[in-house]
Amino acid sequence: MNESSDHLLRSRRSSESLFSRFQVVGLVVLTLIAVISKFYLPRLIPSAVWLEVPLLLTIYFGLMRPDPVPALLFGAFVGIAEDSLSPANLPIGMYGITKTLVGYFAASVSQRFNVENSLIRLVLCFFFYFFHAFFYWVMRRALLQQLVPFDPRETLLHGLFNIAVALPLYLVLDRMKVSQEA
Amino acid sequence: MDAIFNRYRSYRSLIVLVVVIVVQVLYLAYQVRTGRDERLIRVWAVSAVTPMAGIVEATRHNTIGFLKDYFLLLDVREQNRQLKRDNDQLRLENVFYRNQLTTAEHAQTLTKFQTKSPSKTVAARVIGDSTVSTAKAVFVDRGSTSGIEKGMAVVTPDGIVGKVAAVYPLVSQVLLVTDSTFKVGVESQKGHVHGSLNCGLGHCVVEQIQNEEDIANGEWFFTSGEDRIFPKGFPVGTVVSAQPGNGMKDVRLNLSGAPGGTEEVLVVLEGVHQAIPTNAVPEEKIAKPLPAPPSDKDNGGALPGTVQTEADKLKQKYQQLGKAQEHVYGAMYSNMPNFNAKPAPKPPVAAEPGAPAKTPPNTNPPPKPAPVLGAPVNKTAPNTPPGNTPKAPAVKQPRPPSVKPVLPLGSPRPKPPMEGPVSTAPSAPPQQ
Repeated sequence: MNESSDHLLRSRRSSESLFSRFQVVGLVVLTLIAVISKFYLPRLIPSAVWLEVPLLLTIYFGLMRPDPVPALLFGAFVGIAEDSLSPANLPIGMYGITKTLVGYFAASVSQRFNVENSLIRLVLCFFFYFFHAFFYWVMRRALLQQLVPFDPRETLLHGLFNIAVALPLYLVLDRMKVSQEA
Repeated sequence: MDAIFNRYRSYRSLIVLVVVIVVQVLYLAYQVRTGRDERLIRVWAVSAVTPMAGIVEATRHNTIGFLKDYFLLLDVREQNRQLKRDNDQLRLENVFYRNQLTTAEHAQTLTKFQTKSPSKTVAARVIGDSTVSTAKAVFVDRGSTSGIEKGMAVVTPDGIVGKVAAVYPLVSQVLLVTDSTFKVGVESQKGHVHGSLNCGLGHCVVEQIQNEEDIANGEWFFTSGEDRIFPKGFPVGTVVSAQPGNGMKDVRLNLSGAPGGTEEVLVVLEGVHQAIPTNAVPEEKIAKPLPAPPSDKDNGGALPGTVQTEADKLKQKYQQLGKAQEHVYGAMYSNMPNFNAKPAPKPPVAAEPGAPAKTPPNTNPPPKPAPVLGAPVNKTAPNTPPGNTPKAPAVKQPRPPSVKPVLPLGSPRPKPPMEGPVSTAPSAPPQQ
């Protein structure tokens, strides 16, 4: 058995563990909850329209997985799921592209920083929220020629609101992750 | 082989990223180019998510409803809901009636209305929002099974809400008028100025109105029907500000409906155009405010003759007693009045035959000013019974010569004559 075959086996094992049945089901359920929260929560709390739980989930998944490939695939999945519930005048793929990039960058950053630190996580979360909003606005303007207003100051405030939600959410997800590993 | 594999491994994530992005961009370009909506993916997603959201909403609604129905209000909630539905429908019909009554073709329109109901609608409840925070869209719990089709108008009795953007078997997606991509043809009430409503910039503006057009603040705008979505004659909103702009007028509108906050809407299955009403919108009738209260300067703090407190009542009683016994308070040589005597009742005022029983307030004579303690005595005035005292003029008159001056305390008191009227001092010259 040479080195390449060892590597192949190792990667297969890791991919098996990554896409184990439990994890896939868990991810699908989490994605569904996140999308429903964005779909339904604003009916109860109007200010929750700015809450991006699917994005927070994508960032978390990217930060926790050093491998960018599953992170970007997860981002694409979540984004397309969101696109499917977007207004019919918005084509599918807008959120998909944006969240693919977020997932990829989050995983890339996690290779270079210690993302177990909560402060770093929140800073990254804030940064990615702004990037996500800005890139989405650029895409709507550039690809669809839709003149959507973009207020940087408001976006920054919404980013703060999101990291305030991300803090407890990430703690809960950390607990779930520990219990899964145990 | 190993070298190629290692090289692939180092670029693997980047290659996957590029592939995924390119695939999505191509797919997106295909949708934009062909104008087609990828229905299959949307149907799957909507079918997966909306039942859960429906369950959550139904659970929340029923839980709260149960508590209110059986613990707080019994069946009032259900009755209220039914009444609200009926009221909404009646208000819509009322708008139609009022609009048509203002037109010249009164009889013709009534006949038309009898044969065809205006704007056949179906009620729907909002169950969820769109996932795009910047896009304004909601999902309602009525779909193609209820007869809803894409492009139908969605309204409330207060105003317009949006249009159906996508229809699924059990739910529909409604694009709100506040979405940046949504425009509505509108028409002003007075000048019938046509424009295009755009609410995508955070506030609603009516575009394509020339500076020369006359638009006043508070003027109503209605749907013009030119967008082929909303029937003509539905209220849209009132003008908040209308200022001349660069080429076109800057007209800002305040929407009369609440597109984002409404919970129940009406989907117009069959719209009927109506005329723009010439009068104000009847639903917006506001109670006429009361006139301003009279200032203290007008009546000296209290209305003359009106009794405000117990002290006032007592004062009035003593004044009546004093008047009946010809006693003037504060004046010298006036007999001590009997405070235990009962004041004489006021004789009823005889009404003239044929005259109205109640005269308008502005035709009343000016009320007699209440006597003030310490006022001079008028001994020469005719002794009139209480209640039939002569009316005092509203304008201040010069003091009559028979008024006795009031002397200060401690001044030497002249001895009064034993008989005859009390001498009076000369009065002040009459004021012009």
